[in-house]
Amino acid sequence: MSQTALILLWIACGALTFAIRYSFIALEGHYQPPSWFIRWLPFVPIAALTALVTPELLLVAGQVDIGTGNPRFWAGLLAIAVAARWKNTLLTIASGFVAFWLLQQLA
Amino acid sequence: MTPSSAFLLGVRALLPMLLGVAPFGVIYGVVALQSGIPPLAAFLMSSLVFAGSAQFLLAQLIGVGAPALLMVGAVGLINLRHALYSASVAPVLHALPRRWKLLLAYLLTDEAYAAAIPHLLAEPRSPQAHWILFGSGFALWFGWQLATLAGVLIGAQLPADLGLDFALPLTFIAIVVPLIDSRARLVAALFSGIVAVLLVALPYKTGLFVAALAGLAAGAFMQRRGNR
Repeated sequence: MSQTALILLWIACGALTFAIRYSFIALEGHYQPPSWFIRWLPFVPIAALTALVTPELLLVAGQVDIGTGNPRFWAGLLAIAVAARWKNTLLTIASGFVAFWLLQQLA
Repeated sequence: MTPSSAFLLGVRALLPMLLGVAPFGVIYGVVALQSGIPPLAAFLMSSLVFAGSAQFLLAQLIGVGAPALLMVGAVGLINLRHALYSASVAPVLHALPRRWKLLLAYLLTDEAYAAAIPHLLAEPRSPQAHWILFGSGFALWFGWQLATLAGVLIGAQLPADLGLDFALPLTFIAIVVPLIDSRARLVAALFSGIVAVLLVALPYKTGLFVAALAGLAAGAFMQRRGNR
């Protein structure tokens, strides 16, 4: 995509984000979100981001590969463990990166 | 409370969060360039979209070559939670002129909301309450612009093949894993992940969207069952 096309895409994404942030403010507090919306909402980032991450970790050239030839899988697994144990963003990124780099050197 | 003291109260409430946000902004700038986004567009995304996790998501989707419509849909989905913040602050802002509402809606991020809301709840009837939200929102906006600019400038000095794009999945892992604190949420993640891998060959990356919806539905179903 050209730089102009990208910036137009950002404007579309920004307009939608703004519309969401403005939504209930524009309604002046007369309406509240429905209860099903509030119940479903916590699952949105989990479902959307996991869908992005999993193919990145498991697939090499379109095929599932969890062998020694796929450092992303093992580094990702370590990052998941670190995130579960310490819940620290920078520690998770750093540990995953160090593991990824070391495994690449070994391969 | 005067407008300036309310503004400073909002700024001070946000400042500690910048310690966490600034490295995140630098990483965004670096990985946006690694995903093939030109420096100017990468920097402008921080003011035009102005939403941390959505910006990482966009960088990732640009990297895999997703179609524009899917990218807009994904950004909308990931930013839906801001509707809750909008509903939460709406009663405090309802008497303000429209230009204030537009400005504060633009600045309504996770961090600005989290920093300002305890003060807004404490003084909902203060005529200066909106200055607190403006202080938090502006401080986060300014810090985010500086951090992402630093990331873009650093990223421009790095060669393209360092494998730094791997920081994107790692960032998503760091966001998602701590959110998984119940069986229903774990089921949502597993369904979404498995479906995404199974449907990876679908055209235009539509498998990602189907996978996210499958995870969402599976999680909501598990939660309903658990509540009975």
